[in-house]
Amino acid sequence: MSDDRTERLRVLKTYKLFVGGKFPRSESGRVYEVTTATSAAGAAGKDRWLANAPLSSRKDARDAVVAARKAFGGWSGATAYNRGQILYRVAEMLEGRRGQFAREVGDAEGLGKSKAAAVVDAAIDRWVWYAGWSDKVAQIAGAANPVAGPYFNLSTPEPTGVVAVLAPQESSFLGLVSVIAPAIVTGNTTVVVASERTPLPALSLGEVLATSDLPGGVVNILSGRTAEIATPLAAHQDVNAIDLAGADAELARSLEEAAADNLKRVLRPQPVDWSADPGTARLLAFLETKTVWHPMGV
Amino acid sequence: MTNPAITNPAITNPALTNAFEYAPAPESRSVVEIAPSYGLFIDGEFAEAADGKVFKTVSPSSEETLSEVAQAGAEDVDRAVKAARKAFGKWSALPGAERAKYLFRIARIIQERSRELAVLESLDNGKPIRESRDTDLPLVAAHFFYYAGWADKLKYAGYGDNPRPLGVAGQVIPWNFPLLMLAWKIAPALAAGNTVVLKPAETTPLSALFFADVCRQAGLPKGVVNIITGDGSTGAELVAHPGIDKVAFTGSTEVGKAIARTVAGTEKKVTLELGGKAANIVFDDAPIDQAVEGIVGGIFFNQGHVCCAGSRLLVQESIQDELLDALKRRMRTLRVGDPLDKNTDIGAINSAEQLARIRTLADAGEAEGAERWAPECELPTSGYWFAPTLFTGVTQAHRIAREEIFGPVLSVLTFRTPEEAVAKANNTPYGLSAGIWTEKGSRILWMASKLRAGVVWSNTFNKFDPASPFGGYKESGYGREGGRHGLEAYLDV
Amino acid sequence: MPHKSFPAERPGVTFGYARRYAPLVTMPTTVPAYGAEAAERLASMADVTATDGALRRFLHGLPGVDAVGLQARAAALGTRSIKTTAKAYAIDLAISMIDLTTLEGADTPGKVRALCAKGVSPDPTDRSVPKVAAICVYSDMVATAKQALAEAGGSEVHVASVATAFPSGRAALAVKLADTREAVAAGADEIDMVIDRGAFLSGRYLQVFEEIRQVKEACRRADGSGTAAHLKVIFETGELQTYDNVRRASWLAMLAGADFIKTSTGKVAVNATPPVTLLMLEAVRDFRDTTGVQVGVKPAGGIRTSKDAIKYLVLVNETLGADWLTADWFRFGASSLLNDLLMQRQKLSTGRYSGPDYVTVD
Repeated sequence: MSDDRTERLRVLKTYKLFVGGKFPRSESGRVYEVTTATSAAGAAGKDRWLANAPLSSRKDARDAVVAARKAFGGWSGATAYNRGQILYRVAEMLEGRRGQFAREVGDAEGLGKSKAAAVVDAAIDRWVWYAGWSDKVAQIAGAANPVAGPYFNLSTPEPTGVVAVLAPQESSFLGLVSVIAPAIVTGNTTVVVASERTPLPALSLGEVLATSDLPGGVVNILSGRTAEIATPLAAHQDVNAIDLAGADAELARSLEEAAADNLKRVLRPQPVDWSADPGTARLLAFLETKTVWHPMGV
Repeated sequence: MTNPAITNPAITNPALTNAFEYAPAPESRSVVEIAPSYGLFIDGEFAEAADGKVFKTVSPSSEETLSEVAQAGAEDVDRAVKAARKAFGKWSALPGAERAKYLFRIARIIQERSRELAVLESLDNGKPIRESRDTDLPLVAAHFFYYAGWADKLKYAGYGDNPRPLGVAGQVIPWNFPLLMLAWKIAPALAAGNTVVLKPAETTPLSALFFADVCRQAGLPKGVVNIITGDGSTGAELVAHPGIDKVAFTGSTEVGKAIARTVAGTEKKVTLELGGKAANIVFDDAPIDQAVEGIVGGIFFNQGHVCCAGSRLLVQESIQDELLDALKRRMRTLRVGDPLDKNTDIGAINSAEQLARIRTLADAGEAEGAERWAPECELPTSGYWFAPTLFTGVTQAHRIAREEIFGPVLSVLTFRTPEEAVAKANNTPYGLSAGIWTEKGSRILWMASKLRAGVVWSNTFNKFDPASPFGGYKESGYGREGGRHGLEAYLDV
Repeated sequence: MPHKSFPAERPGVTFGYARRYAPLVTMPTTVPAYGAEAAERLASMADVTATDGALRRFLHGLPGVDAVGLQARAAALGTRSIKTTAKAYAIDLAISMIDLTTLEGADTPGKVRALCAKGVSPDPTDRSVPKVAAICVYSDMVATAKQALAEAGGSEVHVASVATAFPSGRAALAVKLADTREAVAAGADEIDMVIDRGAFLSGRYLQVFEEIRQVKEACRRADGSGTAAHLKVIFETGELQTYDNVRRASWLAMLAGADFIKTSTGKVAVNATPPVTLLMLEAVRDFRDTTGVQVGVKPAGGIRTSKDAIKYLVLVNETLGADWLTADWFRFGASSLLNDLLMQRQKLSTGRYSGPDYVTVD
């Protein structure tokens, strides 16, 4: 509903962080201005103010890690079927808010209505695709190992733990979904640093997740300066892995160095066509293979 | 042991109770001929280091110098990497079936020379010949056999239709299983089509140099395998060299972290197999006699120089006394001594440096209030030795419960419930392995799912197989070696 | 070197061994074969055998046995390398522990007498060879064996008689008891009974227990001496199938008063194996720890070579130690083993390999 047809003043949304299933402001009290994309088409105009997003601090990152750790036991211990159901539920909720996300993505990425809608549709479809992986990944990543002895030997993938995810900077929603869903569907919990310039679709995603039976803390979403939030996350001793998708080369190097302190699993940034078939790489990146031996005898 | 109530004269009359003493049963040293000096094996040729530097390798059981080997410097590392790069094109272009045949040849030659290599390994490393003969060498050959078979089946491994090798792999291995760690590194690398530059540990270079000769006998093309000897600085040069595409390291967590920092921001793929502080958890319904064997094998196998050693015994309080009595009784029968004696159970500590570290931590255990116990044990006067030792009254706060000792020292802790056992087992930055002993199947599966460790041995311990993926969670490193999973480390996927 | 050296007073292969072992067959002749304190401790366990339910709960409460781990341990001990002086010691020790056995339908007094002569003087060319521990025969041959041993100057060699409807154990209890009494009356020093495997496998533990107890009673000599023949209880472990069963049978038999527990009759497909024997060694060790009562172990059947025998001695040495390393507490039920030991012994003393023509066919 375009503004110029009515006199009614729009009710604006206060965008907030999503941490532990709740919607706090940044503990720092800081916000930063989010505007439309510079190349935005149509009536969006140039650099139009969209919202004040929370400018997260290192303490917000710390709180998010605590929430993610707290959620890990339950989420990783849930049945794969249950996780798949919940992820599918997320897709259902997204479907119901297609219009909202299309507008936000259009504003964020400077896309026209139909292109923005197509991106949102792709993101929802991707979420469905990943949801279905929950109870299949162990079958492609696990193995029954024929060892040379009287032992039953089975390798199964398990989630790595708490994963810090730097969402892609340019693909505010499809890219975002493409890095969150594969991490959580296998049982990891995440602290997501939204695209710095285009955080609003991510912050709105939090509202969807909050109403999708996803336990609080499984996905925590922070907006702000990527480097500022990512640096404490990369050094955090209770974070097990980090996806550097949203880091530039220089930031990625320094974060990888910091991540070495507790040997985080690091997924380095690489050029990705977010619209292409994602394959299983991201799904498998944050898994640990556990091999269990047991003797066979009477 | 002797109960005074027993009146049989055969027991009470000491003259009639001579112990069954085993006479020395030494394996012959003559099956292995060690040259007085060895160069670096680069591009199919042995050559001195560019700057001519050498260092000695000694037998830890006697401190006798076994040989002098070259200390590779930056120039040598560069030359080795270039040789591997040059060989990569042809090697990776070979049909997988051809690469497979080279690996099969290597496996067979290792089997043929296994007695020689076992003696060599025991001499240079200090491990008992029983282990090098019955564990290390069979597993070395098996590893090459296993990965040989993958070389022409990579497209079925689940990494795409035409998975490509990475290029040149820089591999740095430790001193605890010198030849076995070499096999874990080189076999999958070559099967996948990579070429390698491998640096054996400073204190155990010889078996890798003998492996160079195995490559020669197998007719392996020049430059596919390069062996450079040296200390930590050589390893650092190799890892940092811009010409390598892959780093594979097994060793300490501290060095592993340094490597992870070094490769940050590069395209190099990394796998790290690091330290551990495994919990070996014994429930009150365990098969006690086998649990005792598993505990003993878990911590005293290879003098405890094992990253996945069961160095923390977590015993359920209700059977603590019974289990400790049985464990001590069993420890009294351990035979410490000459690594080449076929009846030796525990050999020499690998180096003076490692012995000092073990002593420091054991002393810390005592200073922090844990109770130290070791069986009476006559240790040789030369060489590096440490008696099998256990500490009781250990808490999670003690250094000996947290730090990797990498020696024959067991820390005993207790628990009351399965939840407590899991909490204590996981309460470590490491996550390499764990053991569970109980006759209850559902408890095993529950425990196995809760333990944050890459390998869980239930009702067994320290079992290895080329088909079985091995590797850690958390600070025990990343990547897996062995099995289908082990290929991933050497493929561009 | 780390290992303690071989005691200096024990030279290589000499007849010193024979002297050393000659007095070892000194099984206690009183019943029970242990002191008062142990008897008390044993009596304190009476409640576990008070009812079928109590006995079942006790036996099923014993620690489980992990088959793979047990077999691995036995195999690992099998890699011990026993050379030179240790080998000489072990060979003579093994000879002194043999229950030289003939249990054939075709047994005759002549065959039994020949076996007795062999047991007393295993190598006619070398008097330093120790005597075997016992001659093991069917009950109708006991008197013959007793007499033959005395005539051969080896009355300290025991006569062991199988009994209780050996080897199947399928007969009425009265028949089994009569079988036992006859053998004891004929002079048997030791009775090798078989358990009722059918009863055991169907869970009638108390029945098996009672049967052993009554056979034990039947082992008492009627001569007013207050002495009794020693009771060995054969489980036929090849029929019990599982290691858990072997551990339970061991405890059951020891609680019922067995002086020895024995693996096999030698009459079924699977006889003594190192893992089964190791498990039984662990059982007697634990039983002594618990009750103070020491019980012997006898693997039987299929042990034919010196190498095998030495492996068993290593099992005993590293599981129980010196306390069990005498013929009082460990026996081999065997026949062809003796000649292989003798040939190995000749090899050690002469340095050249011997052949079957240089040992006697019994």
